[in-house]
Formats: sequence, C-alpha cells, structure tokens
Amino acid sequence: MFLKHTTAEVADRKALTVNPAKTCQPVGAMYASLGIHGCLPHSHGSQGCCAYHRSSLTRHYKEPVMAGTSSFTEGSSVFGGQGNLVQALNNMFTVYKPDVVAVHSTCLSETIGDDLGQIVKKAIDEGKVPEGKTVVYASTPSYIGSHVTGFANMCAGMAKQLAEVPAEDAAPLDQVNILPGWVEPSDMREIKRIMKTMGVPFVMYPDTSDVLDAPMTGHHEFYPKGGATIEEIKSSGLSKATLALGAWGSEAAAQELWKKCRVPYETLDLPIGIKATDRFLSKLSEITGTPVPESLTAERGRALDMITDMQNYLYGKRVALWGDPDQLLALSEFLADIDMKPVYIVSGTPGKKFMKKMEGILGDVVPEAKFKNGERADMFLMHQWIKEEGVDLLMGNSYGKYISRDDDIPFVRMGFPIYDRVGHSYFPTVGYMGAIRILEKMLGVIMDKQDRDAPEEKFELVM
Amino acid sequence: MSSLIDNEKLRDEMLDIYPAKVARKRKKAIVLNDPAEIPEIQANVRTIPGIITQRGCSYAGCKGVVLGPTRDIINLTHGPIGCGFYSWLTRRNQTDASGDKENFMTYCFSTDMQDPNIVFGGEKKLKEAIQEAYDIFKPKAIGIFSTCPVGLIGDDVHAAAREMTEKIGDCNIFGFSCEGYKGVSQSAGHHIANNQLFRHVIGKGEELPGKFKINMLGEYNIGGDAFVIEDILEKCGIELIATFSGNSSYNQFASSYSADLNCVMCHRSINYVAEMMEEKYGIPWIKVNFIGAKSTAKSLRRIADYFGNQELKDRVEKVIAEEMESVEAVKNEVFSKTDGKSAMLFVGGSRAHHYQDLFNELGIRTLAAGYEFGHRDDYEGRRVIPTIKIDADSRNIEELTVTKDEERYNQRISDDERKALDEQGLDFSDYEGMMPQMEEGTLVIDDLSHYEMEELIKKHKPDVFCAGIKEKYAVQKMGVPLKQLHSYDYGGPYAGFEGAINFYKDIAQMVSSRVWDLVGAPWEKEGSLSPVYVESGSPAVTMKD
Repeated sequence: MFLKHTTAEVADRKALTVNPAKTCQPVGAMYASLGIHGCLPHSHGSQGCCAYHRSSLTRHYKEPVMAGTSSFTEGSSVFGGQGNLVQALNNMFTVYKPDVVAVHSTCLSETIGDDLGQIVKKAIDEGKVPEGKTVVYASTPSYIGSHVTGFANMCAGMAKQLAEVPAEDAAPLDQVNILPGWVEPSDMREIKRIMKTMGVPFVMYPDTSDVLDAPMTGHHEFYPKGGATIEEIKSSGLSKATLALGAWGSEAAAQELWKKCRVPYETLDLPIGIKATDRFLSKLSEITGTPVPESLTAERGRALDMITDMQNYLYGKRVALWGDPDQLLALSEFLADIDMKPVYIVSGTPGKKFMKKMEGILGDVVPEAKFKNGERADMFLMHQWIKEEGVDLLMGNSYGKYISRDDDIPFVRMGFPIYDRVGHSYFPTVGYMGAIRILEKMLGVIMDKQDRDAPEEKFELVM
Repeated sequence: MSSLIDNEKLRDEMLDIYPAKVARKRKKAIVLNDPAEIPEIQANVRTIPGIITQRGCSYAGCKGVVLGPTRDIINLTHGPIGCGFYSWLTRRNQTDASGDKENFMTYCFSTDMQDPNIVFGGEKKLKEAIQEAYDIFKPKAIGIFSTCPVGLIGDDVHAAAREMTEKIGDCNIFGFSCEGYKGVSQSAGHHIANNQLFRHVIGKGEELPGKFKINMLGEYNIGGDAFVIEDILEKCGIELIATFSGNSSYNQFASSYSADLNCVMCHRSINYVAEMMEEKYGIPWIKVNFIGAKSTAKSLRRIADYFGNQELKDRVEKVIAEEMESVEAVKNEVFSKTDGKSAMLFVGGSRAHHYQDLFNELGIRTLAAGYEFGHRDDYEGRRVIPTIKIDADSRNIEELTVTKDEERYNQRISDDERKALDEQGLDFSDYEGMMPQMEEGTLVIDDLSHYEMEELIKKHKPDVFCAGIKEKYAVQKMGVPLKQLHSYDYGGPYAGFEGAINFYKDIAQMVSSRVWDLVGAPWEKEGSLSPVYVESGSPAVTMKD
C-alpha cells in the first residue's frame, strides 16, 4: 500500500494540507508566457522556483522549457531584487535574444515588496531592453490563489500591458478574442481548428501549440514557431468581442480588455463535453452571425453516437475528480449528462463561485456528491471520502496513480501535471472531438478492468 | 574528431556573447583541465541572473535531496503550496515500506501559507499543522522545512519545533532554516540538512552491536541504487547501520553512531555529517564510489582493508569474482557499440565524477564535465579547502561547533594503524575530486549555462550527454541522446555490479539506437528534390507496361 496511513475517518483539519490539489501561481504564469511567440519567461525569485517550474512543465510535456531566474541570494532578499532583475533582463536579451521577456514574481519577491512594473521601467530607462523588444510582467504571489491564478494573472498582464486602445470612433476589427484558459497545446490547436471551421476570424492567446509540442528536427529551436505574436496580442484591444473560456483561467484578461479597450466579453465554461461545447459554438454563432457548419454538428453527432452506443458501461459509474475549477465544472457537467455520477470533487484553487456552480450542476442529478475547493480541499480528503464509499473511476493528474493502485480503481489522467503518460499534448479534450477522446479513455480503463476481473467463463470478445 | 577541437578557442567563443562583466566571471568557471597541475576553478559562487542556470535552491537540497528519502519522518513544508508540491515524489527515492513499516514519502505535507499568514505571521498555523499531522499520523518525528517567505517574515520554526516537541511528548520535532535564497544552490540546503540531522537525530538511538559496521553516506536510492548496495554489503558480511538517506528510517539515523566506518558516496551533500561524526564519536570516514564495477570492487576492498579481517577480505574477493563474471559478459556484449564514443556530464555534486568511471569501462571518453552545485574541493580535491575563500553566501550557512562525546567517543583505530592504512590507499578523510581523473585539455565547467551547453554540443557533438530533466529535451532536439543522471530516465539501478550491467545496456542502447536516423524527412534532405518532371517533361515515375 502506498497510502497506508489514509483511513476513512475524516479528520478535521484547520491548518494542515496533505496531498494538495493545486500548486502555486508562478508555474501557471510560466506556462502562459510560453504561449507568446518568441517569449522567454522569467522567474523573479530564488533559483529553486524556476528550477521546479521548468522541471514540472518539462516532465508534463517532454519538451524543453526555457526560462530565466533572478537567482536571489540572502543579500537580494534583504535589499530587494531590483539589481538582479535589471541584470537578468540585460543578460537574457543579450544572450538569448527573445522578442519578449515575461516576468512573473514569486512569494519571495512579493514578500519583500519588489514592484515589477517599476523595475521593468528602470531597465527600459537604462537601455537594458533593446529597441523593439517587449517586457510583460505579472504579480504572482504564491500565497494567494493557485497555479490557475498565476496563469490568469499573466494573461491579464498581456492584455493590460499590450492590448492596443482603439481610436475613439474606430469600428472594431472583424475578429473575436479567444482566451482559451489553461488547457493543453492540443486543446489550443483544437480550438483554433474549430474557429477556422466556423470561419470566424480570431486572435487567441496564450497559444502553446507549436511551442510545447514542437517537432523533432535535429535542431533545438529556442523559440519554436508557435505562440501568439505581440502584434496579435496588441490587436486584441481592437477586436469586437472576447470569449473567455473558463472563469478562473481567462476572466481576468477579458476584464482587462474591457476596462482598457472596451472590448465586450462573455465568460463561458471550458468547452469540455457536449453542453459546454454547444454553448461555446452557440455563443460564437450568436456574436458573429455565423451559422455552425454541418461538419461540427456531425462531430457532435459522432460524440453522441459513442455515448449512446456505450451507455451501459457508463451509467451510474461513480467518479472522483480533482484538479482545476474550470476543468472540473465542465467535466462534472459532462459526466452527469452521460449518466455518470461525479461524487467526489476537490480543487485546491479557491473561488466562491465554485461551490455554487457545482451545486447547480450536481444538486439535482447527483445529490450525494461531495465537493470542496480552496484550502485543504486536497487529495487526502478526497481519498478519505473514497475510503468511506468507493468509486468506479478516478480522473485527475498523475498523483492519482497511488490511490488507483492501492484501491484498484480505474484511472484516467487529466489535468496538470501528468508526469507518467504521454498523449495530452497531442490529443485534445475540448470540443466534440475532445469529448470522444475523454469517452475513449474512460471506456478503455473501465472495460480493461472488466476484462481483467472477469472469470474465464464470463470473458467477452465483443463488448 | 572532437579531440582535435581547440577547447581554449571554444571557451573564448563561448564567452564572446556575454556582456563583458559576465564573461569575466564565467571565464573563471570554465577551465581546461590539467591532471598534472590542477587549475583552480570557480565554484559555489552566485549564479548570474538571467543566464539560464540548471541550479535549484537550498530548500530543494535540504528537503528534496537529504531528508526526502527517509520514509518515517513527516516532512512538513512551511510555506505557500508550491515548494511542497514540486518536491512531492519527484525524485525517485525508492524505499522499502513493506509490511507495517511507516511510510510518509507518498504524502505531501504543507502549511499552505496564505496571504494573512504572510502579513500576520505563520507560526500559529505551523503549530496547528504539526498537531494535526501528529494526531492523524502519529509519526515519531516531524521535520519542518522553511520556504523563502518564512525567514523574511520572521517565523521561528525552531521555537515552534521546541514548543511542539514538549507539548506532544513522544515526537521529535525539528526545523530547517533552508529558505530558498540561502546560499547559492542546493548545496547550502545539504549543509543545513546535515547540521540539523546531526543536532537532532544522530545519537538519539540505541547503540547497535555487530561486526564490520558501516554507514553509507550520500546515497539516496535513486532507482534502487541503495537496494543494490545493501545486497552487496550483505553478501560480503558487512553490516550496514544506516544509509544517509536512501531507504532509510529515523531509527537508523538515530543509531548511526554505532558504525565503525563512514563511507561517503556523494561527498558534496554529506561530507559535513562525516566530519562531525568523526569529531564527536571518533568514526573515521573514507570516500567510496559504488558507481562502476571496478569502483565498486575497489570500494569493497577498501572497506575490508579497513577492518583488516582476513575472512572478510576473502569473502569480499569471492563476491567480486562472482559478480565480475556477469559484468564482464555484458560488457563484452556491448563494448563494440560503445568503444570510442564520447560523453559529457553536467550534473549534481558527485555524479558528474562518478559516472565517468562507468563510461571508462565502456571505452567512452569524457570530453567535458562539471557540477551544478559542487564546490572547489569536489573538482580539485579536498586539499584546496584551506584556500577556499569564504564569501558572504557561504558565511550565512551555520557551521556547527562539534566536540567529543565524552561517553560515546571511541577511537576506532590507533593513529599508527590509521597511518599504515592511509599508506595502503585508504585515504581517510580525503576526496581527490573530479579533475585528477580527467584527461588533459578537457573542459571542466561549473554551473554550465544553457547557452554554453548548446555551444559545447554543437562543437563537440558528443554521442551522449548526461544532465537532468530541464536539459533533456533541448539536447535531444539537437539530435544527441541525453541520459538523465538525476532520475536515470526512470531506469536503473546503476550502482554496484548489477547497476553497471544496467548502465552498460542502457548506454549501448542510446548510442546505437536507430531512431535518430529518422530525423529529417527525405524531402528535406539536400538534393532530394530533383526536378525530373519539370526538366524532362516526363513523369518522374515511369509506369511499367
């Protein structure tokens, strides 16, 4: 047993987190930064932060993740990190020649009160940022929110600092801003495909496709071809509307675009599952007057066909989920819609709306569901719930493998981080095609277990 | 032909791109080796901000490296959630927690500090968290690991530990001031971990009886290395009291003073404990290396020589003879694939040295090497320690004053015996470092930057590059296979005889794999687009009648 000290008796905890279902802001900021073309992320803090975030993202993507660090020492922690950051910017632009450096803070630099905006300005004033190069920054204290907050803050920084303010009476550009939220490069690629299929001109950022799924060529492209360009991000201020996918990951940037550039926005759920994708396409159709093409309707039909075909394997299956609010809300709705029972759900990411929205999704259809988010909504608590009454399926990041093996529960990896399987970079979970992928994965593990456990006389060829 | 490359020129070219001040500093960390007259290398100094280093922090060295592998101490991270999360099961320290042994390594414990804790202090939350951890898990010990903000806001983890130890009664609770900004790399964290283990754990257990008792220091059981070493020692009849800290338990640490010899694997991370135990308990230490079959044999022989028992020596020889048979068989199988190939190693504080032994056995030359967080003594040998300048960053790391334990101090061997054994090659309290073993003219580079790494690879085109996860995929995108020497690419074990066999096979696979030949589509290769159709006006493919 891997988690032999976990018992069904749920202990009341007021201070201790055990097996968190979240990590800290800067890693999200680093991930978002990689979705800008030609961008070198920079971590303003101790070296360890940068090393941990790079390692974590690298293990998840099996791709190079380049980033600089301010390498704080005890001295800089006492006297401030300005000198380190100015020097770092100079070194990065000299040696690695990025178009953009995206700086995020850490708990260290936030605690001592470093002001990134002021330091970046100083670096520009001192000529440490070459002509035509850009520095964008975000405050991402690790003691507030989670990795999702950091992602959202960096996206908001891009919008706030880079988006162009339209001229007074200028008509908006015929384009929609898509803020995809923290999804995989495969998902970003899929969202772009859907937009192209819809025939709606768009700008999307961040965009990590062709960055964190870069091809093997025999050369290391320090700045792979993907990522939203600065020009694209600038033009997002001139767009006619913004669709923020996922409130936790994207709403902050949408709000900045509204405040600064008066681009109206709608916040939607991540388009995971049938209904959330329906809402995404309907909204897109509504704001652009573009009908949803038959090819996408056919994709919906194929996903639905798979659901109805395999319904007996899904009906009533109890599922435990952990991860990020945007994914969990959409996924729980999807599971409930296909007659599964998302019974235990935890997310370390805070946000009051979570409980309310989840109640709305599950209240009537899965009244027995237990869910919690924020502090101490951790995998230990979820596992204790599982010990009380079991589940048929686990869905979440790689840390679920210990519960899966201890309690012999089929396990589908979704979310961040996935350290021990590949595929998430290449196969999307958003849109109808993504729904098919989720179904395939769920059915695969559920049916594998059925096959494994079936007595010989009950073993089936056709299922 | 990499040997013909002028490394001095390469070094100057590598430095060219840097701003002048940076170039001056980096130049001191990039040296051309001369084993006859070891040059001075700059090491254990601050990394230049923005240069793209692979280094981590003090917390990583303390919690992640040294304390991480111990299964029955609850490692409680005091700080925001990230540090605990990233060091949760990511270092492949295997442990044998079979039966009813306690095991907390699969758990991540954190105080998950929030904004109000930063503003008003986190000590109260820390104490509550300790109480809760104790109430739920009943551990015999809890270690508290400070993250960056803890030191800055003035939380006193040591006072909290003392208070809670007293309150709880049967749980040893101790803190580590291993804030990420301490020192210049993981190395500071190792030292801090050593200090607190020595202060709070070592000596707290009962004295264990036995014959030929040793401790293995600086072996972290990555991929099961410590398991292999445990097996070999058992076969030889050498009793292992404690490993610091692979597959270890609290009680082993507590009783480790019972050993009669300390064997140091990773000198960088644990030499402090070795020195302090000698001072306090009179246990001598020797540097060993169980990476490489020959090195393993040599290390075993030196341990046997120390105990001087003929029966033990015979048994060790018998084990070596048996094991070497299968080692040689595999080596002979793969040697034609590996002989004449080249490698570069940039990793850790000892691995970049140790693994050169394995590569030597395969006929693979080391063209360049360096550590991520080594000190000058790890490169040049301990003889340079008195000449190392103590800078502000090192001065901030506590040096314990250790005195003889009047009751338990026991001089294991007389001064005369020690002298005689030293002459035989036991080399007590010494480590000769990496450079004496490397060829003349090879490059030795400390805290290699990403840029320097790419330049080295472009110029030398090594057959295999050894580093860590952050470098892995960038190097492989360049068409060069990278062997991770932190995680072994989830393979291993690589220690001992069994490990050598695994390593031979894995490296042979890496340098002979055909997958690299697939890089580049046929139509991308030069001359692949012959304009047959356009020029001749006839189809490029002729259909047969």
